[in-house]
Amino acid sequence: MKTEEIHQTLTARLGDAIGALHAETIDPWIEVQATAIVDVTRACKEDPALRFDFLSSLCGVDAGDSIFVVYHLYSYALRHSTVLKVKVPKDTPVTRSVTGVWRGADWFEREAYDLFGVRFEGHPDLRRILLPDDWEGHPLRKEYVFPSHYGGIDNTRDYNI
Amino acid sequence: MSLYNELPATFVTTNVDKLMNWGRASSLWYLLFGLACCGIELMQTGGPRADLDRFGSVPRATPRQSDLMIVAGTVTLKMASRVKLLYDQMPHPKYVISMGSCANCGGLFDKGYSVLRGVDKVIPVDLYVPGCPPRPEALTEGILEIQDKIHRERYLIRNS
Repeated sequence: MKTEEIHQTLTARLGDAIGALHAETIDPWIEVQATAIVDVTRACKEDPALRFDFLSSLCGVDAGDSIFVVYHLYSYALRHSTVLKVKVPKDTPVTRSVTGVWRGADWFEREAYDLFGVRFEGHPDLRRILLPDDWEGHPLRKEYVFPSHYGGIDNTRDYNI
Repeated sequence: MSLYNELPATFVTTNVDKLMNWGRASSLWYLLFGLACCGIELMQTGGPRADLDRFGSVPRATPRQSDLMIVAGTVTLKMASRVKLLYDQMPHPKYVISMGSCANCGGLFDKGYSVLRGVDKVIPVDLYVPGCPPRPEALTEGILEIQDKIHRERYLIRNS
């Protein structure tokens, strides 16, 4: 099924929760309201015409004043894929967790929390996954300043390159 | 007639420092500890082709039995405190080889936010082996250099 048809199916089922279709990119994507992401992903998984049984990846993208949370979905049953994006403001990056839909979203969401600071409401264990627990800031944000010290270790460069 | 001529032919005379150093240099057990792709080359160096065993160097799975730490790979800031902990658990005398560009200075990941710019920021390093990664021959050369260093050490110093 093409992303256009997926977009139509989702809009027919969920109405305003589904935003615009962006078909001009290589991977066409559908914008989704942050408050509705759990309903939308559950519909994606359970609708017999969609059957997205696999969350390929979940990641964040820094878009200046906002952060996109990107969901790549794949259906092993129907061999089609699509991309959903949720836009959250950078100062209050809060969205809902989809761990209830795909259990595999657990670590993806922890990674997005770790590196972008996106908070996923309803996540069972939202901690940092890659960086140490006492790390400050979220490194993949554009405004992040690299630390020169960490935990008593001076990490300044001793030479010029 | 000297004492030497009185001894049977099966006796060898040496001095204690040389004997101790010979023993230490010929049983340089290294900590089995790889952090990144250099760890693969470290394994190759211990494998049959490069065969570190012929120099008496065998891997140990615990720092408490190791004489030598080969820091093989990228040290992240998260790992730095663990590397320090492993080093602190090794008994004296102990030696450290920094293997590869990443352990030497941060290497390829120098501009990353999470990478330690050289393992010498947390532990003292005896020898740097350059390369990305160094070939097993280079690491073997490093082991031989550490052996030379051990042979030059003197423990028995007379206090006059």
